[in-house]
Amino acid sequence: MRHIISVLLENEPGALSRVVGLFSQRNYNIETLTVAATEDPTLSRLTLTTIGQDDVIEQITKNLNKLIEVVKLVNLSEGAHIERELMLVKIKATGAQRAEVKRTTDIFRGQIVDVTSSVYTVQLAGTSDKLDSFIEAVGPATVLEVVRTGVSGIARGEKVLSI
Amino acid sequence: MELLSGAEMVVRSLRDEGVKFIYGYPGGALLHVYDAIFRQDDVTHVLVRHEQAAAHMADGYARATGKPGVVLVTSGPGATNTITGIATAYMDSIPMVVISGQVASHMVGTDAFQETDMVGISRPIVKHSFIVKDPRDIPEIVKKAFYLAQTGRPGPVVIDIPKDMTNPAEKFEYSYPKKVKLRSYNPAVRGHSGQIRKALDLLVEARRPIIYSGGGVIMGGAARQLTDLGKELGVPVTNTLMGLGGFPGTDRQFLGMLGMHGSYTANVAMHHADVVMCVGARFDDRVINGAAKFCPNAKIIHIDIDPASISKTIKADIPIVGPVDSVLTEMLAMTRDHKLKPKADVLAAWWKQIDEWRGDGKLFPYDMGDGSIIKPQTVIETLWDVTKGDAYITSDVGQHQMFASQYYPFVKPNRWINSGGLGTMGFGLPAAMGIQLHHPDATVACVTGEGSIQMNIQELSTCLQYDLPVKIITMNNQALGMVRQWQDMQYSSRYSHSYMQSLPDFIKLAESYGHIGMRVEKPEDLKSAMEEAFSHTKRLVFMDIRVDNTEHVYPMQIAGGSMRDMWLSKTERT
Repeated sequence: MRHIISVLLENEPGALSRVVGLFSQRNYNIETLTVAATEDPTLSRLTLTTIGQDDVIEQITKNLNKLIEVVKLVNLSEGAHIERELMLVKIKATGAQRAEVKRTTDIFRGQIVDVTSSVYTVQLAGTSDKLDSFIEAVGPATVLEVVRTGVSGIARGEKVLSI
Repeated sequence: MELLSGAEMVVRSLRDEGVKFIYGYPGGALLHVYDAIFRQDDVTHVLVRHEQAAAHMADGYARATGKPGVVLVTSGPGATNTITGIATAYMDSIPMVVISGQVASHMVGTDAFQETDMVGISRPIVKHSFIVKDPRDIPEIVKKAFYLAQTGRPGPVVIDIPKDMTNPAEKFEYSYPKKVKLRSYNPAVRGHSGQIRKALDLLVEARRPIIYSGGGVIMGGAARQLTDLGKELGVPVTNTLMGLGGFPGTDRQFLGMLGMHGSYTANVAMHHADVVMCVGARFDDRVINGAAKFCPNAKIIHIDIDPASISKTIKADIPIVGPVDSVLTEMLAMTRDHKLKPKADVLAAWWKQIDEWRGDGKLFPYDMGDGSIIKPQTVIETLWDVTKGDAYITSDVGQHQMFASQYYPFVKPNRWINSGGLGTMGFGLPAAMGIQLHHPDATVACVTGEGSIQMNIQELSTCLQYDLPVKIITMNNQALGMVRQWQDMQYSSRYSHSYMQSLPDFIKLAESYGHIGMRVEKPEDLKSAMEEAFSHTKRLVFMDIRVDNTEHVYPMQIAGGSMRDMWLSKTERT
């Protein structure tokens, strides 16, 4: 099963490499990874998605917690949560296709953020599934380039991940 | 406040941490620090002949005393040479602080002379690591390194110091912190009382209980608590290779080591147990054999300081996260306060069964042969007799290590010093040196083979320089015995590179380093020779003992099977 693990990490050089090293060392997989400093400049927030059986996920969270720079973590998939991923995608848009791409973008509540005579660049945010569906809908053949940020997430309600 | 350079701060911080000895080797990136060492007398530096040995010396010291050993090496090859030693300590959870020099900050990343990314190379085998970016941070970083190395689940910590951080021309105010706190690091200080009670209830209601304990009991200083609890409850106890000495090896309740080369009694008792209480051990593959067939009828209680050890390979029914000493103390108090004990008749029936498995009482029977050739098992039994079971015994890796663990019953903790997790050949001699340095009057013996001893034999020179009277007990079978055993059992005796040709004359070699060398070839000479060797209390004695090269270590579990599936000799199996 896919899990979203969100980590508060000391914002220090080398901290990220310990997290990534742990995954390769112990043969865990990382599907996506995003990281940036938080409003507290001493902390980074790192969100990763991984796929594994429950016992593997338990080991992943335990071993992450063992890293000295990991201050706190939460497995967002264990509760109600919001997940978002941002995608920028360049799509071939000529002739009749131009209107079709525009329409599909509107349906998915995306935005066209750059235009040339033959290309639309679309910005779309949502769950990973939604982004996959968009590419499916416009047709992979017309897609020229895709860049995705990986998943960010936050728990629903009043629960917060902070120190 | 006193003004010190970065180099002086390194040495002063070590002094203020209570460090007496550091093991190392100088080089360009560390010369400022070595100059600071020269100008003081509080911390003694021991010059090894190879940096790997420095790490093993620190490790041996740590295993014998429970305190972190300290290593000081230069950048590049100095640092990389310690890697095997760091990995050895990491696998066995041994506290160690490794200080490595680094090229000057502005040179980092330029492929400078003797530059290597030490923090990167050591990352998977350290508990944590630091790079010094400001000399003023040195005292706090050293304090943190020692704190991390020895609290929680212990382990090695690396401090990488670029040369410009130790510049003698720049001085800063120095004070050594009394305490440090890391907001992200809070190891458990006690176990959950409810869980401890549940575990105890399960244990006393069991029909076939057994306690299996490991290195956590040794390094966690819980041997007394384990022994008291075991005695109070009257249940059988077995130890892992790392846990020997956690419960007295000569006690009737002790079933011997368990696992791949564990005793028949311990392995069969484990297999039939209905409650297994694991204390400070990690269900290692060399202990449990086939995980799917492990203890099919047992409920598992697992006490460990490291939550990640729990349910890693074997699912725990009652996990208890906490320091083993405090958990066992609490459990013992509950036993006494609530009069919780196994029922006498139930326990008696279990012991009757165990005694049937134990047979004549010898946990590791072996064939003495016709008496014409020295058996390796006899060497260890003789060592036990001659040292009255009271020596520090280090070992290298292979058959001799297993024989030592089987035939030298350890009655005290911290006396059996071996590389269990990583299985590092070349560990034994430097580890023995680290112990001898701190216990100059103690009997310290290194049980080794002619293969292993040659992996760090250059340290005979260090032994001469520092007057270290280690006794080297080389069981020389002119073969890599354990490799050969596997080749006998699985490769139709095709001895691919498992023989030792062109062995040196160990007697002359020892003598050339100023030590005593002795060769023993006949069984009737063994005891008197060993007595003579140990009578030289101020000299290193290198014993080259020629042993039977056809001997195998038994029992040996059959891969993928259950605990009770074992070869008992070359022809018999369970």
